[in-house]
Amino acid sequence: MSDPILSVRDLSIAYRTGRKESVTAVSGIDLDLYEGQSLALVGESGCGKTTLGLGLLRLLPNLGEITSGSLTYRLKDGSRADLLQMKKEPLRRFRWNEAAMVFQGAMNAFNPVIRIFDHFADTLRDHADGKKWTKAAVEARAGELLETVRLDPDRVLQSYPHELSGGMKQRALIALAIALDPQVLVLDEPTTALDLLTQRSIVQQLHELRKKFGFTMVFITHDLGLAAELADRVATMYAGRIIETGSARDIFYDPKHPYTAGLINAVMPVKGDRPALESIPGYPPSLKAMPDGCAFNPRCAFATDACKQDRVPLSLLTERPSGMDHSVACLHHDQVRLARSATDQLASFVEGESANV
Amino acid sequence: MSNAPLLKLSGMEQVFETKKGPVPAVGGVDLEVKPGKVLCLVGESGCGKTTTARAAAGLTKPTAGTVEFRGKNLAEMTAAERGQYRRAVQYIHQDPYAALNPTRTVFSTLSAGLKKHGIVKNRTEARAKAAELLQLVDLTPPESYLDSYPHQLSGGQRQRVNVARSLALNPDLLICDESTSMLDVSIRVSLLNTLGRLRDELDVGFLFITHDLAVAKYFAWDGEIAVMYLGKVVEHGPTPEVIGNPQHPYTKALIGAVCEPDPDLAKANRSAEQLRSAEIPSLRDLPAGCAFHPRCPAFEPGLCDAAEPPLQATPSRRKLSCHVVHRDLQRATPDATLTFDAVPGSRRPETESAL
Ligand SMILES: Nc1ncnc2c1ncn2[C@@H]1O[C@H](COP(=O)(O)OP(=O)(O)OP(=O)(O)O)[C@@H](O)[C@H]1O
Ligand SMILES: Nc1ncnc2c1ncn2[C@@H]1O[C@H](COP(=O)(O)OP(=O)(O)OP(=O)(O)O)[C@@H](O)[C@H]1O
Ligand code: SF4
Ligand code: SF4
Ligand SMILES: [Mg+2]
Ligand SMILES: [Mg+2]
Repeated sequence: MSDPILSVRDLSIAYRTGRKESVTAVSGIDLDLYEGQSLALVGESGCGKTTLGLGLLRLLPNLGEITSGSLTYRLKDGSRADLLQMKKEPLRRFRWNEAAMVFQGAMNAFNPVIRIFDHFADTLRDHADGKKWTKAAVEARAGELLETVRLDPDRVLQSYPHELSGGMKQRALIALAIALDPQVLVLDEPTTALDLLTQRSIVQQLHELRKKFGFTMVFITHDLGLAAELADRVATMYAGRIIETGSARDIFYDPKHPYTAGLINAVMPVKGDRPALESIPGYPPSLKAMPDGCAFNPRCAFATDACKQDRVPLSLLTERPSGMDHSVACLHHDQVRLARSATDQLASFVEGESANV
Repeated sequence: MSNAPLLKLSGMEQVFETKKGPVPAVGGVDLEVKPGKVLCLVGESGCGKTTTARAAAGLTKPTAGTVEFRGKNLAEMTAAERGQYRRAVQYIHQDPYAALNPTRTVFSTLSAGLKKHGIVKNRTEARAKAAELLQLVDLTPPESYLDSYPHQLSGGQRQRVNVARSLALNPDLLICDESTSMLDVSIRVSLLNTLGRLRDELDVGFLFITHDLAVAKYFAWDGEIAVMYLGKVVEHGPTPEVIGNPQHPYTKALIGAVCEPDPDLAKANRSAEQLRSAEIPSLRDLPAGCAFHPRCPAFEPGLCDAAEPPLQATPSRRKLSCHVVHRDLQRATPDATLTFDAVPGSRRPETESAL
């Protein structure tokens, strides 16, 4: 197995909230991503997914700061680079060429007074070293990219952002992010505003692009169905930390953290009768007042006194190749079972199917 | 009284003039929302959901047709009636990033409307009421959020501040445009339950836009779903009927595209594309006849591309616009629904029987 394309070690990120105050939004992240993999980052609203995604590209806003850790990339030319040591100019080249991001709130990411065409022209010209981007070349490249996301280049390139629907803007932004063939693509809630048919078609496009160009994807999503469809690996975050990680099958069929299991149990099925749904009781902790011990303990049905003492680190459950190890940060993981019958049914349906073959 | 619609759209059209010619984003829709009821609007990106919602909220003037609130035509309201309507009907913007003023704290955003409409008398009351609103949307403890600026909030937190703001004025009608799209399942269920209490206990009506059919099903179970395609409603009926037994080929395709959180199932389904084309036709150059025909798996040349199918009632408690379905219905009496199995468009025939 080759070395990872991105290695994250003990990464922590804080936001300044006052002159002497700050809050830690992401803590102690360790992650190895291998070429061609897709990782889904899931977790409750406010748990630090966007912060981590921005951190991976050093795109944090002014008051956000990486307070510890390292971020090492293998670049297109095979060399390795520590992103945290990179100076301004190499960093500018790194972004969009080596790694790109589709921002959450994509709908608002376009400059409202600039037509979509000029967004493409600016990105291509700003980040491509040496290459000359004529109007025709931009048009050709942008047209090709927009078609990939099911948009009509003719109309969209000439439009101002407000003339496009929410989902159309989101798709245009995905097209823009892959304009310079990055190796790593971070997508933050890339399909929140998209209906299922468009989502499916984009998922298929991403799969094909990934096969063709072999890029590595981190996508942040609250949509577990999408994660099941796109991801080889899943990492669950809670209160700024990764609390469970593993292959998509490990996480969806056999989650071992009570929070992950709770998320899967809360999925609303489309088929069948309307179920009575339970949300996970309680609220995510405020960054300003983290509980001692396991951060999930005030909400956890399995919590014991031991859970309130020391922070619970990730520990290995099942070893797997290429960073796909199943690891969990829970003292009582052996008690955790998926409760939802629908998933059981689906799982047994799948098993039954393969048994018949 | 309580059965008279709160909101009524009749023949509502919206054509946008652009440099490249007119864009008919909404081509004549008739919809109603009753007190304490939910009407869900679903459909592909760009089909006109937001445009319909914005006209219903009085943010744009339809180019044809009418919007009525409690029986009053919006275009003919007096200034006082309009003020009333503005308080009673709250629109929650699709994009929580664009909808919040970046220079205002959460408290200032929430209290602006409270003060303007005299709901609170002083700052202490305003803070208490704002805190109460934040609690309704699971932003607790409220003190952690009241003095934050939008840029200090995550996407889902912004979305919930937007919802909280719309609840401040005790609206009669809420127009929610993808208002739970950035929330994880657990918070989403909790927020839907909160909105459900407004619906059931305070008789608030909802025009509810979502691309998530599970959300539609959960929230609008006792209500209706209208499926839009290229600016028109193509199937409209009670939620359990439309989701459980979709009949328009387009609705079938939408429901067939659902992803379940199951990696093996997802991989098995990945290649199964049931539409003839993924391309959404341009609004400026709509296909002749049924606008869905270039993509429809049940397309019949000569029938489908000749005339536009009208939105007609069927015996199975819904309206839909499809030549083939209506014809088969007429042929196969009395139990016409059986013939719908002949219409392809569901990715998972195995589970169809369970629907
Ligand atoms: N500029 C900032 N200053 C202070 N706190 C911030 C700032 N930006 C984000 N936060 C806080 O950091 C935490 C993590 O935010 P982040 O945007 O990473 O969450 P998220 O997991 O992406 O959530 P969502 O799913 O709702 O988008 C949140 O509690 C948020 O309030
Ligand atoms: N101000 C405008 N000028 C020109 N065209 C517009 C304008 N607003 C919307 N449109 C067009 O009208 C159509 C419908 O847009 P609308 O925003 O209603 O779609 P939607 O169903 O809400 O889609 P989404 O699910 O992506 O949000 C789109 O083709 C859009 O480009
Ligand atoms: S460590 Fe304890 S509190 Fe934390 S998730 Fe496991 S059982 Fe629950
Ligand atoms: S009218 Fe014809 S093309 Fe249109 S939805 Fe029905 S079968 Fe398909
Ligand atoms: Mg986020
Ligand atoms: Mg919209």
